[in-house]
Amino acid sequence: MNLEIKTVYIDPVTAVQVAGEVDLYSSPQLRKILVALTEKRTTPILVDLAEVRYLDSSGLATLIEGLKQCQRYKGRFMLSGISEEVKQVFELTRLVNVFEIHATVAAAVESVSK
Amino acid sequence: MAQVFELQISSDPRLLRVVRATAEQICEIAGFSRLEASKIVLAVDEACSNVIRHAYCGREDQTILITFRIKTHKLQVELTDFGEHVDISKIKPRPLHELRPGGLGVHLITSVMDKVRYSNLEQSGNRMVMEKALPKGSGVES
Repeated sequence: MNLEIKTVYIDPVTAVQVAGEVDLYSSPQLRKILVALTEKRTTPILVDLAEVRYLDSSGLATLIEGLKQCQRYKGRFMLSGISEEVKQVFELTRLVNVFEIHATVAAAVESVSK
Repeated sequence: MAQVFELQISSDPRLLRVVRATAEQICEIAGFSRLEASKIVLAVDEACSNVIRHAYCGREDQTILITFRIKTHKLQVELTDFGEHVDISKIKPRPLHELRPGGLGVHLITSVMDKVRYSNLEQSGNRMVMEKALPKGSGVES
């Protein structure tokens, strides 16, 4: 398996913990989970990428879709744990300021609880 | 003289990780830093993904040839497919101010690599050649 995904609830955040490589083959797995969450109008959603070693444009497209779906119902969509390599992909596509990005899951949860 | 490495894979997205692992090793041999190598790996992966999606329309049993050449001053990566001719005039990065899924692969490739050329093969198929200057002090003596 390229990718392992676990969804956990860390009051009040629904955290999608992703581990592995997000590419053309594996990104539909992540998409399926995000679509299910946004169809239920879940908020806030946090996608934790701390264990993601690689993310390509199909992974970015999946995250953009999740963000846009969340924005439709005025939900909050956050990312955390982005490695230096994965951050490069966001920078190259100028998406680094489009997403709400936190260093860790704890920081993201704290930002919501404030 | 160039150092040459050729890889032939089926157009199965599961094999992209093999391409990435290979590209990473080649970049290391060519002398690129870890971060620079990860960008080149991304460009090669995006190029292969485009072949799978566009030239082969998602068919997983077709052939992709990838040739890496470490030359005196540059790394050259050549991708050859035998799918439908792609309309080269339509291969363009999309404007980044539009926040929508899709269309970012070409932008990533052109941002990372110094030169990118596309051509159609005679009967069917396409060739893409990407080049990246080697870090100073690296490369193969000619």
